[in-house]
Amino acid sequence: MSRRGRRARRHRAFGVGLLLTGLIVATAVCSLVYTPRDPLRMELSARLAAPSVAHPMGTDQYGRDLLSRVMRGAIASLAVGAVAVGIGMVLGVLLGAAGGWRGGWLDEAVMRLADAVYGFPAVLSALLLAAVFHPGVLISMVAVGIAYVPVFARLTRANVLALRVQEFVTAAEALGAGDGAILWRHVLPNTVSPLIVQATISFPLAILAEAALSYLGLGTQPPRPSWGLMLRDAQSFLQLSPWYAIFPGAAIALAVLGFNLLGDGLRDLLDPRAT
Amino acid sequence: MRALILRRAMALLATLFVVSLLVFTVVRVLPGDPALLIMGTEGSPEAAAALRHAMGLDRPILVQYAEWLGGALRGDLGRSIQYDVAVGRLVLSRLSVTVPLTLLAGAFMLLTAVPLGVYAATRSGRAGDYLAMGLAQLGLAIPSFWAGLLLILLFAVRLGWVQAGGFDGWAAGLWPGVKALLLPAFALGALQAAILARTTRGAVLEVLQADHVRTARAKGLAERAVTWKHAVRNALLTIVTVVGLQLGQLLAGSIVLENVFYLPGLGRLALAAISARDLPVVQGVVLLVAATVVTLNFVVDVLYTVLDPRIRHE
Repeated sequence: MSRRGRRARRHRAFGVGLLLTGLIVATAVCSLVYTPRDPLRMELSARLAAPSVAHPMGTDQYGRDLLSRVMRGAIASLAVGAVAVGIGMVLGVLLGAAGGWRGGWLDEAVMRLADAVYGFPAVLSALLLAAVFHPGVLISMVAVGIAYVPVFARLTRANVLALRVQEFVTAAEALGAGDGAILWRHVLPNTVSPLIVQATISFPLAILAEAALSYLGLGTQPPRPSWGLMLRDAQSFLQLSPWYAIFPGAAIALAVLGFNLLGDGLRDLLDPRAT
Repeated sequence: MRALILRRAMALLATLFVVSLLVFTVVRVLPGDPALLIMGTEGSPEAAAALRHAMGLDRPILVQYAEWLGGALRGDLGRSIQYDVAVGRLVLSRLSVTVPLTLLAGAFMLLTAVPLGVYAATRSGRAGDYLAMGLAQLGLAIPSFWAGLLLILLFAVRLGWVQAGGFDGWAAGLWPGVKALLLPAFALGALQAAILARTTRGAVLEVLQADHVRTARAKGLAERAVTWKHAVRNALLTIVTVVGLQLGQLLAGSIVLENVFYLPGLGRLALAAISARDLPVVQGVVLLVAATVVTLNFVVDVLYTVLDPRIRHE
């Protein structure tokens, strides 16, 4: 296939990603002001109802409208994902920049810390943190965020190492600029594009991690709607109302698919070597 | 090369030390008083003081850390508060579920992802490639626990072919045990298989465009031989690296899947320990899994050195 044909297909995937993510974000924003029903209102006469005109996705074990809950659930996913990636990026960039710029024992220490933290995937930190504090949305944000520190730290360190020997950095040093100023003004701005690419890769994975933690009961707590939490409840009613387990899971999959496609497209745009 | 491996081994030791420090810090230093945490609001001040003394919490923190680390190195991870048995023994008994589950998921991942990735690479830009990568894209998007629920829905609830979960141990024989782990392993491996398929495709594709592959084709070698002997073999380095890292992810992921399928492994042990405030158990499980993931990374690193002749002969 010609290069242009490949490009067009990739752009189509990017377009689908943009559409899906736009849909999810719009749903989350919309759910703040409008949901078909109150996502927290229980209606015991309509427990575990099948999808109908009144409840397009059916209801849960308390008769709460699933469509409204799935809509509102988007907020937890996006918020935890965004905060987690933010935590990972800020801590990772700070550590990576410090280690890469200073070198020596500090670099060694940062790298060993990154290696060690790599041993704690989100679910593991969440277990530890939930045992000590109380499970909750904050725990899932921190646990997922910490899991991303090593990858951002390594990425930043590698870029800083490459940039610090560049002439414009030497020039800034010769002009008498301090370490902080050089890093902030000259080095870090040049690491932004790989960081953005990494963030777009991390974000959908963070959504998956948040869902898993909520499913385990370590993340978002009831009665707040979260996709993972809904699936946790749905498991007890698989026989009775299978759709209960279908819709929240499909919402997660669509969101992750959308952000993955968007990320792939963005990577092509920002990193021409990848294609 | 020996020096290189030795240096990596030293780094591993340092990393493991940091791992232990992190686990200890979160449990002992951050929240204040583990004794109160364990007893909740029911305990009297005297009882809390007695427990604090029994746990050694009234001694200097560095002494506590040294003792805890020394114990952990000898396999002594403390005693479970809930079951009143050694945490090490408890953990060991649960490994007979978690380890086979992880390995089975890894085997499933390898058997599907590598052929799929190689196939996609050889069909690059054609329908087969898009189909395979579309499948991988789907695998990346589906959360493993949801895949597990859907499998239960289909095979247990609808078709009635298997149990919805549970594990009766290995006493009944190999097959009944493996059978109980098949669905969870499939659900666990799918996401990592998707990642590996994409990696394999990328790595093989890169080698297929290299000069030595063109030479192999030019001398009239069959396409199959070109693909497997020249392309895949050279891509193996990348594939092995990714697989090693994925084993750690699978191990962590098994914690989630054990809860979907009610399997009595490490994950369920830790989760039950959280509701029972059984801190030593959580601490022990987390330490063991984190140390395993870190060690796996080290093994990958060393394997990479051994497999790559360019590094080996340096």
